[in-house]
Amino acid sequence: MSNPSNLKYTASHEWVKTEADGSITVGITQHAQELLGDMVFVEAPTAGRKLKAKEECAVVESVKAAADVYAPVSGEVIAANGDLDGSPENINSDPYGAWIFKMKPDNAADVAALLDAAAYQAVVDSEAH
Amino acid sequence: MTTLKVTPLNAAHRAMGAKMVDFGGWDMPVNYGSQIDEHHQVRNDVGMFDVCHMRVVDAKGDGVRAFLRYLLANNADKITVPGKALYSAMLRPNGGVIDDLIIYFMTEQWFRIVVNAGTADKDIAWMKEQAATHAPKLSITSRDDLAMVAIQGPNARAKVWEVLPQTKAATESLVNFQAADCGEYFVARTGYTGEDGFEVMLPKEKVEAFWYALSKVGVKPIGLGARDTLRLEAGMNLYGQDMDESVGPLESGLAWTVDLKSERDFIGKAALLANPPSNKLVGLVLLDRGVLRGHQKVKTPHGEGEITSGSFSPTLEKSIALARVPNGVAIGDTVQVEIRDKSLNASVVKYPFARNGKGLL
Repeated sequence: MSNPSNLKYTASHEWVKTEADGSITVGITQHAQELLGDMVFVEAPTAGRKLKAKEECAVVESVKAAADVYAPVSGEVIAANGDLDGSPENINSDPYGAWIFKMKPDNAADVAALLDAAAYQAVVDSEAH
Repeated sequence: MTTLKVTPLNAAHRAMGAKMVDFGGWDMPVNYGSQIDEHHQVRNDVGMFDVCHMRVVDAKGDGVRAFLRYLLANNADKITVPGKALYSAMLRPNGGVIDDLIIYFMTEQWFRIVVNAGTADKDIAWMKEQAATHAPKLSITSRDDLAMVAIQGPNARAKVWEVLPQTKAATESLVNFQAADCGEYFVARTGYTGEDGFEVMLPKEKVEAFWYALSKVGVKPIGLGARDTLRLEAGMNLYGQDMDESVGPLESGLAWTVDLKSERDFIGKAALLANPPSNKLVGLVLLDRGVLRGHQKVKTPHGEGEITSGSFSPTLEKSIALARVPNGVAIGDTVQVEIRDKSLNASVVKYPFARNGKGLL
């Protein structure tokens, strides 16, 4: 599966989608879910929490391991995906649909400065070597 | 970067789409597809594991039984029927666990021993050192010419017989924990999953063909990821995680394998008798949402404990763990596990958690 070109990415394997109202939706990439394997637990941040860029704000746990999810930019959490409480495996089957949380970024320019699909793919390729 | 050791099945794993990881210096498959599917595959049908990294050791010569009676915490005298196997800890004089292993009684001149991969070299060095003093005529041989495949699950034996029909007559009547030497194939009704099945030892050069022959009759390859959740559900210790040289067998859930009552002396016995443990191994089931993992702290009214192995149980669909806790903790108690910044409730249970296709809680 290729990384959708309409999304932005972080080197820590989050994807970021900018919504029409300027808010962002965050999940983990195909590559990240592939590395972690079968998801069994997701702990998302609660709405209202203020985050700094690169702050640990969520945890995804597979059978194998726990992994931190980082805030891609600074801002405020506005929603968490409650569906993942009962169906964490959605991250495996549909990584770019199974979002983890939504944020209102402090600064739209921070989002624009994130990696594009090609730059993110370069990060993934460099990790493989 | 150090070069990883490979088993003779390395190319086969890659051809079958395995995700490979560094497992104690070995390049091993952690999963081929979904680890949870692989787990259920073994509980409900049959799967095969590459266990070539484990080491087969043959102890041969007059007096081999007497030597093992002294070397091991479990009593080699318990196995008298040819092929019968015994699980035991091997201890330092201070009672610390060097390794856990299985011995097979073949003849009064030959016992076969299977030890863990990561500990094989120190195990053999220890056995040879002890043999030099107590049984100098004994030969202790590392069988580096042998490979091993575990075929596990309710349909495992039938699949092995399909591929190795020549072994059926000799292995059909094997009871649990018994092996038969069928020439090139040494077939043992043992395993590390809590399911029925065989562990087959065979010449290294034949193992790839054996693996593909099993695949052809429908046996799915299973990675180390599912091997770990299967053994944890079955309540089987993992050396290096649930015990090591810093702890004794009595605080590692292995009291049932340690014979302290008979007159027999064995290495580590005096230390075990002199130092009754204040901790014990129990099972935990997480009541809140999350996943138990090794090294998480356990808070109890009797003091602090620690999780030794924890994961998600695919059979129970809950998080489970083995934990070393103070002796005062009882089955049915609720304890608190510290996970990141939270304190979550877990119930203390008797393990195993699951065996023979079924959850046991």
